[in-house]
Amino acid sequence: MALSQSEVLAGLAEIVNDETGIATEAVQLDKSFTDDLDIDSISMMTIVVNAEDKFGVKIPDEEVKNLITVGDAVNFITAAQG
Amino acid sequence: MTQPVLKQYTPVQFSRIYALGAARGDLTVTNDDIAGPIDSSDEWIRQRTGIITRRRASSNRSLMDMAVEASNEAIKAAGIDPAEIGAVLFSTITHPHQTPSAAALLADKIGANPAPAFDISAACAGYCYGIAQADALVRSGMAKYVLVVGGEKLSDFIDPTDRTISFLLGDGAGAAIVGPSETPGISPTVWGSDGSHWDAVGMTASLLELRDGTASWPTLRQEGLTVFKWAVWEMVKVAKQALEVAGVTADDLSAIVTHQANIRIIDELAKQLAVPEHVVVARDIIVTGNTSAASVPLAMHQLLKDGAVKSGGLALEIGFGAGLAFGAQVVVLP
Repeated sequence: MALSQSEVLAGLAEIVNDETGIATEAVQLDKSFTDDLDIDSISMMTIVVNAEDKFGVKIPDEEVKNLITVGDAVNFITAAQG
Repeated sequence: MTQPVLKQYTPVQFSRIYALGAARGDLTVTNDDIAGPIDSSDEWIRQRTGIITRRRASSNRSLMDMAVEASNEAIKAAGIDPAEIGAVLFSTITHPHQTPSAAALLADKIGANPAPAFDISAACAGYCYGIAQADALVRSGMAKYVLVVGGEKLSDFIDPTDRTISFLLGDGAGAAIVGPSETPGISPTVWGSDGSHWDAVGMTASLLELRDGTASWPTLRQEGLTVFKWAVWEMVKVAKQALEVAGVTADDLSAIVTHQANIRIIDELAKQLAVPEHVVVARDIIVTGNTSAASVPLAMHQLLKDGAVKSGGLALEIGFGAGLAFGAQVVVLP
């Protein structure tokens, strides 16, 4: 069954926490991965791969640059669960 | 008239690595030395790559100089006569001649003439490709001893303004002598290629484009994130396969020696493999940089030299890079 937006956010926050140590409550929809959370491109790719595993979706490499905010990623994953 | 029965090589059962040799660039290049043209900093480079210094060769230290130095050390440490070397395999992408091979010249310089000699073009997987072939040549009986060299002078093919790969790169050569053994010393190799990502790492232009004036001097570049993703998550599968075909587990290893591409790849690979604490993970990249085909033997040589691992222990070695190409095997440390 497809997960809700808040469930995806919670799952993504755990992945971000595991990769970067950033507190899960700091991972909010309006936060920018780069500017607010200070996540670099390599960590971002690690987060993407772990998200693909966790949510059973495919996030193409060329799509990663469009995921500016946590909300962008949550929306992409939610839609991709289809 | 009866047809005579052909003779074939008489195989030997096992092979092993007898000894290693290493040579690095003579210059220690810091991050501050190269940060200007890429508008970067020591901190940025350390954080993204783990590199503090890379070793590069000055203009009067050639790829061949480093290969000869590393080979002579390996030959001496193996205690063999170079005339007994039955094949010389030189893995490199930076030999500056399309032909003849670097291997033929190396064979002559180290006293292995007239051994068969050829180059291997498998970039950062080249050394593991070489060990795979040396293992096969020795066990088939085609050669008594095989010299495998992974060597690069990558600094001849870098663009100081390139932010994708140039700032990672260093120069060096690592050598191994492979020969017959009474016990198994080299596992089956898990190797392959994926040409669907042929463009992910390579040169900015071909020699024909250079000739035609449509491109300047070709230099190395990569699609970093695509390569990172492949190098970690696809190579984890390859590493697990290599352990499986070797009949060992990560717990049995003394060391994991990956291609020294980037500390983030090395650390993530180790994490994904759930490497036990007692297993040493080679991180020679911190002081040597990424030396492509040379990085696995240089890193293994350093672990042995530092006493971080002991002769007789097991090491998983895995190379991966342009092609894309990959190769992994478990070896008994010399």
